[in-house]
Amino acid sequence: MSTTNGLIGKSIRRVEDKRFITGRGNYTDDIILPHQTYASFARSPYAHANILSVNIEAAKAMAGVVAIFTGADVADINGVPCGWQVNFKDGTTMKEPKHPLLVKDKALHVGDPVAIVIAETREQAKDAAEAIVVEYEELAAVVNAAEAVRPGAPQVHESAPNNICYDWELGNPKAEVNEAMSKAAHVTTLEFVNQRLVPNAIEPRSYIGAYDEAYDKYTLYTSTQNPHLIRLLMCAFVLGIPEHKVRVVGPDVGGGFGSKIFHYTEEALLTWATKKIKRPIKWTSDRSESFLLDAHGRDHITKAEMGFDADGKIVALRAKTFANLGAYLSTFSTAVPTYLHGTLLQGLYTTPKINVDVTGVFTNTTAVDAYRGAGRPEATYLLERLIDLAALEMGVDPVTLRLKNFIPPFNGVDEPGYQTQVALQYDSGNYHGVLEKGLAILGYEDFRAQQKEALNNGKLLGVGFSTYIEACGIAPSAVVGSLGARAGLFEVGQVRVQPTGKVSVYTGSHSHGQGHETTFAQVVADKLGIAMDDVEIIHGDSDSVAFGMGTYGSRSLAVGGSAIVKSIEKIVEKGKKIAAHKLEASADDIDFANGKFTVKGTDKSLSFGDIALTAYVPHVYPKDLEPGLDFSSFYDPANFTYPFGCHIAVVEVDKQTGKVTMKRFIAVDDVGNVINPMIVEGQIHGGVVQGIGQALFEGAEYDENGQLTNGSYMDYCMPRADDFPMFETGSQVTPCPHNPLGVKGAGEAGCIGSTPAVVNAVIDALWSGGHKVKDIRMPLTSERVWRAMKQ
Amino acid sequence: MSIRIHVKVNGAEYSHDVEPRLLLVHYLRDVLRLTGTHVGCDTSSCGACTIHVNGLATKSCTLLAVQADGCKITTIEGVANNGNLHPLQEAFKECHGLQCGFCTPGMIMTSADLLKHNHNPSEEEIRTALEGNFCRCTGYHNIVKSVQHAAEKMQKEVTV
Repeated sequence: MSTTNGLIGKSIRRVEDKRFITGRGNYTDDIILPHQTYASFARSPYAHANILSVNIEAAKAMAGVVAIFTGADVADINGVPCGWQVNFKDGTTMKEPKHPLLVKDKALHVGDPVAIVIAETREQAKDAAEAIVVEYEELAAVVNAAEAVRPGAPQVHESAPNNICYDWELGNPKAEVNEAMSKAAHVTTLEFVNQRLVPNAIEPRSYIGAYDEAYDKYTLYTSTQNPHLIRLLMCAFVLGIPEHKVRVVGPDVGGGFGSKIFHYTEEALLTWATKKIKRPIKWTSDRSESFLLDAHGRDHITKAEMGFDADGKIVALRAKTFANLGAYLSTFSTAVPTYLHGTLLQGLYTTPKINVDVTGVFTNTTAVDAYRGAGRPEATYLLERLIDLAALEMGVDPVTLRLKNFIPPFNGVDEPGYQTQVALQYDSGNYHGVLEKGLAILGYEDFRAQQKEALNNGKLLGVGFSTYIEACGIAPSAVVGSLGARAGLFEVGQVRVQPTGKVSVYTGSHSHGQGHETTFAQVVADKLGIAMDDVEIIHGDSDSVAFGMGTYGSRSLAVGGSAIVKSIEKIVEKGKKIAAHKLEASADDIDFANGKFTVKGTDKSLSFGDIALTAYVPHVYPKDLEPGLDFSSFYDPANFTYPFGCHIAVVEVDKQTGKVTMKRFIAVDDVGNVINPMIVEGQIHGGVVQGIGQALFEGAEYDENGQLTNGSYMDYCMPRADDFPMFETGSQVTPCPHNPLGVKGAGEAGCIGSTPAVVNAVIDALWSGGHKVKDIRMPLTSERVWRAMKQ
Repeated sequence: MSIRIHVKVNGAEYSHDVEPRLLLVHYLRDVLRLTGTHVGCDTSSCGACTIHVNGLATKSCTLLAVQADGCKITTIEGVANNGNLHPLQEAFKECHGLQCGFCTPGMIMTSADLLKHNHNPSEEEIRTALEGNFCRCTGYHNIVKSVQHAAEKMQKEVTV
């Protein structure tokens, strides 16, 4: 189908903005249901403790208390499940201890819930939760993944010896990689920590569970990225409630970044408890609770080596990672350090031998799961730090070294995709192109002279590069199924043409800032040749949207958008049959363009509106055709999509204090075809700030007792408006060859490419001043940079 | 124990008996049902709850409702004028200064305060003024552009 009215590719202003700029958004905490109660929790103050007794008597007697439930009350209910099975190298199944809705005998991280209090008001619930008396026996805790696997370390779960959930490897056999590495002329080695991050969507998680006895029906309002997935997991795996008796609504959601993908215990607990008390229950997380409970991101301890021949060609890559999974397995936690990290270690390079070895580890910390980029930022950081460092060590230009090792361009249509050593097959790429565009924006030919001049003026100026690739559009169900995913990863898109020709679109993708109500409407209006005002995008309600797998992994447009396009194709095909009948022609002779069905070579035509009306008032109508114009489609992608790009950071390091100042940041991203450039650029900006946040500001810090020592905005350094310059962006388009829109996804790219560019720039600045530092642990605070210079 | 308060919010007079510990933000959200003012933290750091109290940008989670007794309050629901959006509201849409929308009301209220006192702020002044408002979606880039855009528009309106 060809583009008809040119809406695709335009920076249309967003239709959803009106409600947000006037304060009329509808987030979960904005909803108050009749007779609603409020929940609060008694939580473990210890990272690891036996629970000796729980006394709720005083709390029960307090004003406004409706009910209190403890771990004993929910002991027979299943825990929340993990959605991805990763096996040990020997083929045995990963260790999968129960993640209970409330803990009964043992608390495994600070914040583990011991009891839920339900009361008439928020304040009464909190007062009563504080009055619950729990007797704990504190146990030694373990927080570091590399330490947790050592003999004698405290054991988080009896069922997981040495705290190991799984050990896993991917790529070429170790012996082959070791042999190639042993023959290398130069090996760059880096031991580093990809530190733990707290997602910090600005809307705290919020839920309302409501049971309607008259209909025997539950409703869960939830700040989620995937309402149907929550319904499926909660009904089938936790509570055993029939799915058709549960409606899950994800209304406006204030940012997710991965942290709202997962099925959290509070969702199931509120749904269970609302039937017990026969009243709605709301719980909204405090920010302090968010720090302790929302699944964190990253937390890898890695040793990586990259071997080069005498000519600078990469001959081997070897990586060993200890991935901290936290105390319990969150929904997709097991897949992040393995299938979303190890599979990306080919990068943009022709490396012939690669082996990645990952040990997934339990600790007495908050669960770790997908956070913007999910595994791909870790892979990119590993590769891009290594190659820039290798260039410094070998005294060659980092750009020259990349160009020497890049995979040559291929379009994936008449040239095949690129088969990596780590399972994936890239769809299409032109990696030289994005680097050249980035260099042009930077003015690289002048940069080294500027660097020298800065040095003469007593300043350390540095440039850092990052040329990344990522895998989005997750994913072909059969492929992920073979890799251990316990779900299909298709998407559903329904296009319902109303009798008047207006169009309602129901999508399983969920928008929490991405602007689907605009982008998807652009696609539909463009393809049907109608006005955008005549299209409405409906999402987030399991009772109106047939099914859905939700939004994560930059998949909405590539998978959800493709499902909608499939339905549009069916509508046009049926429309042609109706038009053919009315115009007394053959359906093969009907063209559809610009909202009109026309008999080829004539001026006989009917508008889209005429056809819609005819479909619902089928007086003159093909005999063998059903009335109506309403199609639903499931789209299961043929492959992942592979966006890529080049990010360049320019920083200045203060010699006296070590303070890093961002001078410039350049991002050239190739995300395939672009529906709305304004929205894509906005996604890149946001991702870049989260990526720079990791490089310079953010990091969860635990002490040896398992206490999160920076669990508030007073202590955890969030990126702020005054930390950044204006960004310089560029783009290139290499269409995805295997989905109907040719799109690849843009949600995470900024966060994947930016982090190593910034760290590389700081390292480059230090080397320019004679400080031959290999690594500084992120975040690169003034103190850490200053200490590195004093080494 | 409850205390009687009288406030004027977005031009309308209200009088309620409230618990002394009730935060102003919860009074606005739960009692008056003005839910455009959001709660993003518990340390007065994120700025999602920013409103105007007697004309000054204020984080409504730092005040008790009883402290607002007798005050004139404007929330995001009250910044449009007779159905005409405030130039900042228009600018945030025009410049794609919002994504999930959760921080947006606070951003607009803080920016409105800035533009009231500084008609032609530099990029640096805008960034400094907004450092107490967190946004996790936009990378601030388009928020700064939105404020610049609104400032230009408001200047033009004054000269016209």
